Amino acid sequence: MEFTLISLLNGVTYGLLLFMLSSGLTLIFSMMGILNFAHASFYMLGAYFAYQISVYLGFWPALLFAPLLVGLVGALVERYGMRKVHKFGHVAELLFTFGLSFLIEEVVHLVWGLSAVDYRVPHFLDGTLFTLYTTAFPIYKGFMMLVSVGMLAALYAALTRTRIGLIIQAAISKPEMVEALGHNVPRIFMLVFGGGTALAGLAGVIGGNAFVTEPGMAAAVGNIVFVIVVVGGLGSLPGAFIASLLIGVIQTFSVAIDYSVADFARQIGFHVQVTPTLARLSISQLAPMLPYLLMVGILIFRPRGLMGARES
Amino acid sequence: MSGAPPLLHRRRLLAWGALAAVLIVLPLLFGKSFALSLLCQAGIMVIFALSYNMLLGQTGLLSFGHAVYFGIGAFATIHALNRVDHGLPLPVTLLPLAGAAAGLAAGLLFGYVSTKRAGTTFAMISLGLGELVASASLMFPALFGGEGGVSGNRVVGHAVLGISYGPQIQMYYLIAAWTFVCIVAMYALTQTPLGRMANAVRDNPERAQFVGYDPQSVRFLMLALSGLFAGIAGGLSALNYEIVTAETLGAQTSGIVLLMTFVGGVGFFYGPIIGAVLITLLQIALAGVTNAWLFYFGLFFLVMVLYAPGGIASLLHMHRRLWDAGRLARVLPAYAWVGPPLLLFFGGLIGLVEMAYQRADGDDMTMKVFGSRLDLSTATPWLAALLAAAAGLALLRASWPRVAEAWRQALASAEGGEE
Repeated sequence: MEFTLISLLNGVTYGLLLFMLSSGLTLIFSMMGILNFAHASFYMLGAYFAYQISVYLGFWPALLFAPLLVGLVGALVERYGMRKVHKFGHVAELLFTFGLSFLIEEVVHLVWGLSAVDYRVPHFLDGTLFTLYTTAFPIYKGFMMLVSVGMLAALYAALTRTRIGLIIQAAISKPEMVEALGHNVPRIFMLVFGGGTALAGLAGVIGGNAFVTEPGMAAAVGNIVFVIVVVGGLGSLPGAFIASLLIGVIQTFSVAIDYSVADFARQIGFHVQVTPTLARLSISQLAPMLPYLLMVGILIFRPRGLMGARES
Repeated sequence: MSGAPPLLHRRRLLAWGALAAVLIVLPLLFGKSFALSLLCQAGIMVIFALSYNMLLGQTGLLSFGHAVYFGIGAFATIHALNRVDHGLPLPVTLLPLAGAAAGLAAGLLFGYVSTKRAGTTFAMISLGLGELVASASLMFPALFGGEGGVSGNRVVGHAVLGISYGPQIQMYYLIAAWTFVCIVAMYALTQTPLGRMANAVRDNPERAQFVGYDPQSVRFLMLALSGLFAGIAGGLSALNYEIVTAETLGAQTSGIVLLMTFVGGVGFFYGPIIGAVLITLLQIALAGVTNAWLFYFGLFFLVMVLYAPGGIASLLHMHRRLWDAGRLARVLPAYAWVGPPLLLFFGGLIGLVEMAYQRADGDDMTMKVFGSRLDLSTATPWLAALLAAAAGLALLRASWPRVAEAWRQALASAEGGEE
């Protein structure tokens, strides 16, 4: 019971963080029709910027400025890179973001070195929020949840309740019409790209110190985020939300369960002398594979994803 | 449009003869062991890149997990090699066929899952499958050898006609023979109805459907065959290095083959050959000279995507058209104008990057440049490099219109001259 509850809490925290990444990715996908390969690199940049700012100014300024800075970098990338390759088609755009992720990782190597930097949870958020049975739940995890939920509420309100949000929604589905009405659609695209990358940056700021800030962090989370948007359905925000929580919970549970098919067989009364390797692997050993298995399964049985509508 | 000449056209036969001659003569010119291992690696990569282009260039499928087929082919071959050691009656010469079979099997299996959709969805599925296989490979140490990989010994059994594959030169000729066969086979495939339909599916799947072909099965067949050739390449690499590790299956291998194919040019059959040879040379040459080679690779790739999305092959093709029309001399003066700013810009940029890597590497804050020592703790070298790069960029922007204008005029007069 204790294990279930605490894992559920951890899983939801992680899932919300993943949704901050996948929501930006989904918005950018709906707008441009391509997946931004460098999205997780912006998450990494967010963590490193926050580390650098927190060294000089402290954590709160980092929380504010690092996402803004990442968003600015994202907007510049859109203006001077994406817009240029757009005329060469989707493949060129995808390849551009692929090359960009490569380059960002090298720049991070160059500026901050190969090993992890010492980006820590600030001391005033260090400590225990509450104790569940015997396991402590840290304040910082609660803070992560608060920031994620607050951010998502703000995003939802901005997209559905403000004028600029309505124009963005219109520009995503009918760009020519919105342009004909006198709006600067390329600038809206730049704004959305910047906004999406800023969300990734924010996720980096609060995720970088909860986990670890190192050059491999983009690759570690990047593929998971792709799995989420495919499982949730390309271009669907609600789908991305459900898939983020699902993957977050699955990953948190699976790394902690030391139980294999062979154990199960033994429990229900089968005693096999020679067990195949696959049956002897415990769920925690299979953990890195599970998201991809889920993705392949979804693609076989429901190719458009959980909530997806868009045919590509 | 009559298309490319058929496989056995006289001009084509001449080209095949030239290719065979080059493959035979190369090690006689560059016989040193270093150059020889370079040639072996290049040959393997040529097959791998061409197999990748069957997807990207010919069928329009962007894959981020092509290393899966390469790696599975490599593992199948190394296991077959170890079986030969224990008495399996198969000559080493034909062992890449084990890789081909495994690559084909993997292509059939994964192709069934992934080719239902094209475009972005296919790209994502290929990425997911690649990660799936890569993470699975670490879980089954009996099959994939865990962290250390699986190693073998290609000198097994009796030497046939004195060929034991002990010396590297014999290995080279094995790779060269397979490379030749694969290049011809893949070219022949482009001439078959399947190859043509793959192009149709790439350009307009709906119309392909109206003609009576199922785009999904065309994509499926192309992916399976592409897996076969990638498996051969993997098998050759297993024989060449006598060890296969889990990295062979990983994302970096998939990235490199994409880089090679794209830089070479996806629109031309010979594009990936250029890309594979060039990138292999750069990889080994640059990695020996500078720590920043990965950075340069990324930058080179981005510049190609931004300014020459057709790759090197399309640049060559453009110039050949002018050459054929006898107008190439008209654009050369404009190139002379752009050359110095280009050199200045890249000189400054390379200076900055190298100094940054030197600084990041640690304690030694001096750098030797052309015999003199630079002190990196002062601002002067940084400012100088920055200034050079900025000035180069400004001059480049100012002089580029000349090139565009020269090209426009040369093309106009070439078309006028033909009438």
